[in-house]
Amino acid sequence: MSELLNGRGLSLVPKSDAKQGMKDYKSDQEVRWCPGCGDYAILAAVQSFVPELGLKRENMVFVSGIGCSSRFPYYMNTYGFHSIHGRAPAIATGLAASRPDLSVWVITGDGDSLSIGGNHLIHALRRNVNLNILLFNNRIYGLTKGQYSPTSEVGKITKSTPMGSLDKPFNPISLAIGAEASFVARTIDSDRKHLQSVLREAAEHNGTSLVEIYQNCNIFNDGAFDQLKDPEQRDDITLRLEHGRPIVSASKAVRRAADGGIEVVDRASVAEEEILVHDAHRADPSLAFALSRLDEPAFEHVPIGIFRSVGRPSYDEQMAAQLEEAVAQRGPGDLDNLLLAGDTWRIG
Amino acid sequence: MTKQVQQLDRVIIRFAGDSGDGMQLTGDRFTAGTAEFGNDLSTLPNFPAEIRAPAGTLPGVSSFQLHFADHDILTPGDAPNVLVAMNPAALKANLGDLPRGADIIANTDEFTKRNLQKVGYDANPLEDDSLAEWRVHPVPLTSLTVKALEGFDLSKKDAERSKNMFALGLLSWLYHRPTEATISFLETKFAKKPDIAKANIAAFTAGWNYGETTESFSVSYEVKPAPLPAGVYRNISGNQALAYGLIAASVQAKLPLFLGSYPITPASDILHELSKHKRFGIRTFQAEDEIAGVGAALGASFGGALGVTTTSGPGVALKAETVGLAVTTELPLIVVDVQRAGPSTGMPTKTEQTDLLMAMYGRNGESPLPVVAPMSPSDCFDAAIEAARLAVKYRTPVMLLSDGYLANGSEPWKVPSAAELPDISTAFATAPDEGETFLPFKRDPETLARPWAIPGTAGLEHRIGGIEKADGTGNISYDPDNHDRMVRLRQAKIDGIAKDIPALEIDDPDGDARVLVLGWGSTYGPIAAAVRRIRKAGGKVAQAHLRHLNPLPANTGEVLKSYDKVLLPEINLGQLALLLRARFLVDIISYNRVRGLPFKAEELAGVIQDVIDSE
Ligand SMILES: Cc1ncc(C[n+]2csc(CCOP(=O)(O)OP(=O)(O)O)c2C)c(N)n1
Ligand code: SF4
Ligand SMILES: [Mg+2]
Repeated sequence: MSELLNGRGLSLVPKSDAKQGMKDYKSDQEVRWCPGCGDYAILAAVQSFVPELGLKRENMVFVSGIGCSSRFPYYMNTYGFHSIHGRAPAIATGLAASRPDLSVWVITGDGDSLSIGGNHLIHALRRNVNLNILLFNNRIYGLTKGQYSPTSEVGKITKSTPMGSLDKPFNPISLAIGAEASFVARTIDSDRKHLQSVLREAAEHNGTSLVEIYQNCNIFNDGAFDQLKDPEQRDDITLRLEHGRPIVSASKAVRRAADGGIEVVDRASVAEEEILVHDAHRADPSLAFALSRLDEPAFEHVPIGIFRSVGRPSYDEQMAAQLEEAVAQRGPGDLDNLLLAGDTWRIG
Repeated sequence: MTKQVQQLDRVIIRFAGDSGDGMQLTGDRFTAGTAEFGNDLSTLPNFPAEIRAPAGTLPGVSSFQLHFADHDILTPGDAPNVLVAMNPAALKANLGDLPRGADIIANTDEFTKRNLQKVGYDANPLEDDSLAEWRVHPVPLTSLTVKALEGFDLSKKDAERSKNMFALGLLSWLYHRPTEATISFLETKFAKKPDIAKANIAAFTAGWNYGETTESFSVSYEVKPAPLPAGVYRNISGNQALAYGLIAASVQAKLPLFLGSYPITPASDILHELSKHKRFGIRTFQAEDEIAGVGAALGASFGGALGVTTTSGPGVALKAETVGLAVTTELPLIVVDVQRAGPSTGMPTKTEQTDLLMAMYGRNGESPLPVVAPMSPSDCFDAAIEAARLAVKYRTPVMLLSDGYLANGSEPWKVPSAAELPDISTAFATAPDEGETFLPFKRDPETLARPWAIPGTAGLEHRIGGIEKADGTGNISYDPDNHDRMVRLRQAKIDGIAKDIPALEIDDPDGDARVLVLGWGSTYGPIAAAVRRIRKAGGKVAQAHLRHLNPLPANTGEVLKSYDKVLLPEINLGQLALLLRARFLVDIISYNRVRGLPFKAEELAGVIQDVIDSE
């Protein structure tokens, strides 16, 4: 059992003998997102990344909810389940918990995962089922044509909020850390290299990995992440989170503040040793949480990368271990013995 | 002095007390002794929804009714012959059900001024003549127990706790029940506290001896064993039988069982039971809500497990969208609804048959699925296997409609051997069968079921989902004619199951009855008992009982049309009647009571007689 608890990750998923390429993972279905949608870039990034894992294609499953982003599984030449709004984490939990030989991916939108499916998301995270959850955050409801979402900024003018939205948005990273997630990361559709580096670690991680992907919806919320893409400002805004490296952007740095928290300061004003060094593996989540709050108000400085990646037994391996333990203690179940257990009597 | 022994053919006892008095345990033990003795029996527990209502109050009364006989019986009995009342609340709450002349064994120690006041008795009913119509046996159960346990190192309070065992001992003497099983039960239950075990056994024995010596009981009763078919028996409740049926289904289908569930009365015991049997490779998942429970079960089915979710009406309401997804993705799934009184929270511990139309139609779109309803506690075992058989063979969600009455009621069950159970296994798809392309929605011409191709199977990678699929390929399709075809195909698949289920059987001994009484689900026992009464009195009535509610047995219409009158008692406002009237244009006579309680045989006999008389 202890061996198992060291982490299943992808260890039980069979490896492919053949060399694979991106084309092996493209399905024959015509991709139907709006031209220019950020989903294309993410699809291409995933299709060109997964062959690297060297897994048998038939042992990979993409499960999604409902939304533009949730069409994703149709385009992957793997097993796929396009389910119902918000429920993908629940469906994927049943699949992953009963099939340790599968690499299970959840594709979800900000509405799908944080409105209707919020409950399933937080419970999947705390359980730490072997799932990779890719949260396509375009800060809008795309498929239903542009209502504000739980990640839309306050005051958002949409069809359903002509005078501006009132509700404070969720910060998906803070939410995930608060929900006991063992792997939490943020990346962006336009930076394929970064996106793929995050996916790589997410795939190998034992338990649930949550990857928030900033995704542009050029129809209903165009330019939501422009600051992070604009060559003029992106290097100053983006705080790179890399384990063991100082947390900096081109011009800014993060350090411990006098009040015990952390703060963003002018990089030139601090000595190198004062800059906070990122520790993604820190057991205590409070620093990772503090990092997730640096992006308030939004887009002044945005941490990108892996906030948190800690080892914790996954739900599915522990569930399997309990079954094994039950058999080890009392032998495999026998139906006749079961039915005859307890008080019985014979007639005739 | 040897006391007189009187022979009886059947007895109905009700143990009633405060919910802290251990009445369920007392009832269970009396049942075990009765089963061991060889009587046929049927039980009905009745407990308050509150875990601990204030002691001594009416809402805190918990009871357990047991009917046992020297012949086969069908119900826990209409009205008790004997009431054991552990306090004034128990007397007051149950007196209304007690026929004149019945025995009341009352624990006089608890009939204190304060306890009497709590339930609104101005005077002690044991002392005035308000109970003159009954045979009252006042027994100071508490003080006799304390006295019997004087030699034990127990506080008075702890000693008092054993009074239910004293009562059990007394009743065991009164009805000649065997004692060994109860003694060894107590030894096992309190194995870690041998002093408590001894005290309880001493109280039990003292109760027995009290019966033997006291003058309050001059007669004891004997109920001979019933001539049941030969075999090994055990007593089983509906929930336990259902759980065992699911385990058996998993073994017989050669599929690992995955249960996704969220606790809810009266279904939780199925989750509890299944979670004990991990040795069978059963995974039980207590989800964050009912939606996640069914979602996880469906995900597991997609992966090749036997996915099951267990709940009650409010949970079925939440699961509806996912069940629809299972309908359209055509994956096996078992949805167990242990019905309870609604709407909304209703009366969680009370029974009803009010979810039939929800099971049939409570989803968006045309989303047909099979509905199966067990007819007795032990039948929950077979019904679960049947639900699994249909789910697996036809790749469909199946609704299994149990109810609170079946769930908690119990009866002796002739234990089948695994070898007698049907093989319900199926084959997963292993390779595309036409050229190179795999068609995930190509149907078996016989069953119209689609292939079950599970992840991990090379060459069969495919995508399914809730969007309408093109016939055959399963690709997304908005084609109008394709949708019409798929709607009809899904319906035809379910309708076709009628060829694969037994015909509706009619019980009409002389074959000349003009009135048919029809039922479904848990009303079988009371209806059959009522039918017996009518026949015993020389009346003629036929009986038929539906176990498959969708599709209906192929001969249902023919059966309904061959009687002048069809009477259909239901614990709802006529849900099956509505379906049958619409489908067969038969003028069904409904009898409906929705009191959260099972029908009584006497009540139904009256209704049947009225219909016969109106011929
Ligand atoms: C039960 C249910 N409620 C509502 C909808 C309508 N609906 C579909 S997608 C969606 C929101 C999608 O937003 P998001 O998850 O952010 O995905 P995006 O389209 O932006 O990728 C809504 C409200 C639905 N399909 N099902
Ligand atoms: S509506 Fe927005 S999110 Fe949806 S496909 Fe179009 S651009 Fe993409
Ligand atoms: Mg969105």
